[in-house]
Amino acid sequence: MDTLAKHFEEKINNEVTIEAKDWLPDNYRKTLIRQISQHAHSEIVGMLPEGNWITRAPSLRRKAVLLAKVQDEAGHGLYLYSAAETLGISRDEMMDQLHTGKAKYSSIFNYPTISWADMGAIGWLVDGAAIMNQVPLCRTSYGPYARAMVRVCKEESFHQRQGFEIMLTLSNGSEVQRKMAQDALNRWWWPSIMMFGPPDDNSPHTAQSVRWRIKRFTNDELRQKFVDIGVEQAKILGLEVPDKDLKWNEERGHYDFGVINWDEFWNVVKGNGPCNKQRVETRKKAWDEGKWVRDAATAYAEKRKARAAESTMKAA
Amino acid sequence: MTPLLKYTLRLADNALIIGHRLSEWCGHGPVLEQDIALTNMALDHLGQARSLYQYAAEQVNNMPAAEKKNLFTGDAIQGLIREGGMIDEDNVAYLRDGWDFCNILLVEQPNNDWAYTIARSFFYDTFNYFFYTELRNSKDTTLSAVAEKSLKEVLYHKRWSGEWMIRLGDGTEESHTRIQQAVNDLWMYTGEFFKMDEVDTTMLQNGDGVDLPAVKMQWEQRVAAILEEATLQLPPTGWMQDGGKQGVHTEHLGYVLAELQFMQRAYPRHVW
Amino acid sequence: MSDKVNNKPSEWPLWEVFIRSKAGLDHKHVGSLHAVDAQMAIENARDVYTRRMEGVSIWVVDSRFVHASNPDDAEAFYEPANDKVYRHPTFYNLPDELKHM
Repeated sequence: MDTLAKHFEEKINNEVTIEAKDWLPDNYRKTLIRQISQHAHSEIVGMLPEGNWITRAPSLRRKAVLLAKVQDEAGHGLYLYSAAETLGISRDEMMDQLHTGKAKYSSIFNYPTISWADMGAIGWLVDGAAIMNQVPLCRTSYGPYARAMVRVCKEESFHQRQGFEIMLTLSNGSEVQRKMAQDALNRWWWPSIMMFGPPDDNSPHTAQSVRWRIKRFTNDELRQKFVDIGVEQAKILGLEVPDKDLKWNEERGHYDFGVINWDEFWNVVKGNGPCNKQRVETRKKAWDEGKWVRDAATAYAEKRKARAAESTMKAA
Repeated sequence: MTPLLKYTLRLADNALIIGHRLSEWCGHGPVLEQDIALTNMALDHLGQARSLYQYAAEQVNNMPAAEKKNLFTGDAIQGLIREGGMIDEDNVAYLRDGWDFCNILLVEQPNNDWAYTIARSFFYDTFNYFFYTELRNSKDTTLSAVAEKSLKEVLYHKRWSGEWMIRLGDGTEESHTRIQQAVNDLWMYTGEFFKMDEVDTTMLQNGDGVDLPAVKMQWEQRVAAILEEATLQLPPTGWMQDGGKQGVHTEHLGYVLAELQFMQRAYPRHVW
Repeated sequence: MSDKVNNKPSEWPLWEVFIRSKAGLDHKHVGSLHAVDAQMAIENARDVYTRRMEGVSIWVVDSRFVHASNPDDAEAFYEPANDKVYRHPTFYNLPDELKHM
């Protein structure tokens, strides 16, 4: 192993943060770009299912909260794209990868939001799962990513709370509202626990990522933690978790849960989810239709610069 | 309906409807940074709308029973009032139909593209800035407080939409064509800003309202200056559309309300 | 902060954002964003990085103009300061009775 690589490994082992200017092994750089951009894309695509209800939110307060929340996701995407840009990839390139299907994003956003209760379930479960994934990343080995994540986590804390509040209001409401809440839980529970990714023995990148301190816990560790917490929270809502095999295991000190439908998971990943096509097309449309706007702003800035230079010349 | 209530509702409806239109952009903007900027503005408008609806509800709740018999046309809200219940901001926003909405026609016009959205905001923000500057002097302390608070937000909106007008006008050929088209098409909805009716006159005479013709002069000056810098043509003074303030709208408002009010209409009298 | 700005021609340039969180404190690097010019960068920074009242003042710097020290120079740059403890006030042994120093 050459000196640079050795120096890098030493830093990783001693938990010294890696910075953009440091020498990075190629694979570390590639893995990070893949993970950070995937994460950024998830934020941006994640705006769509919730954005779907902004114009239909049932009260002005809920509308303001939802709008602020979806906007935060845009901000998080932006922080993350910026972190990835420090690794030598441009945002345009990442956009292109998203639009051509080369880059992935969290599969959960390929499910539709068909009732208002879905805003509650997403905040509670999907953001809950995301937070669980993200908190350890605040200590990830790559500095720009870790700092972006600190900011994301700080802002994210209200997201899960507002979702749970929606669920709580529904479950304390009328019969139809409770039905709405249960229906949302039924549809979002399994996709949420799939969010932690494939099981450890079938997760190609996990081992190396943990070694590089890019990941801090394995998929299965985080999934178990999520189930343990989620089941207790569902009790507060008086809702039933849609898993007949769910049982407290005294010996393990954890809940045992049913078999995850990995067939569904891989199919949604591969593009066969209910909304895969629609989500990417919507993002692409926004990007393509925004081109003339971005170009206009660039053209004007250039004209202005040229004019300023000209008037300086004249003055001199 | 008292002139004050009508006046409050007009301002509130303007803010809600433009905020709703801007919120439609969330997740679909041309670049992330501007998606975020636009949503900030949608949130500002929504915040203004809420303060004003709360004030409107308070006015209704404090009216003697005889006076609130026929305030609104739709039974969803009038029924609540008849039963003696207190109404709140959501009832006012979600339970009135189009003929009880009194926003100006401009704000309900669809987003179409970035150029229409910018032109609509530019006309509206510029008006709002001069209008709220005057409304700070209202003898009505709630209106003057709302104006004071909103003005800080509106100042930024006016700057933002003005800058985009210039960027698009003096940007590329395509952007110039698009923004000129938007200006031309939306122009006929700008006359309604300044048309004084009985409500405006009474409010002005009481020292509660704003002198719209005075605002018009300031508005025209700034609009002309920005259009010139943007290398855009000021449309000729022509026929102006109005009616929104009296509840006669374009076809677009109905669809806005159908979406906005869907949950409250499908599941009446629920807490969300 | 950006290592390498790999902008295609159409992409808006990248800016580094520094925010003073309250009067009297330093401006601190908070992240970056894209904008066509300094003015838009400041406005975007306001919209992106101060949504929760995080700041009272904003600096933006065109990322292309940020020059950084080379991490390989770390030893030559920073280690010589290690043995200059006399630059720190605690280096000096003075009687406890001495006040205001």
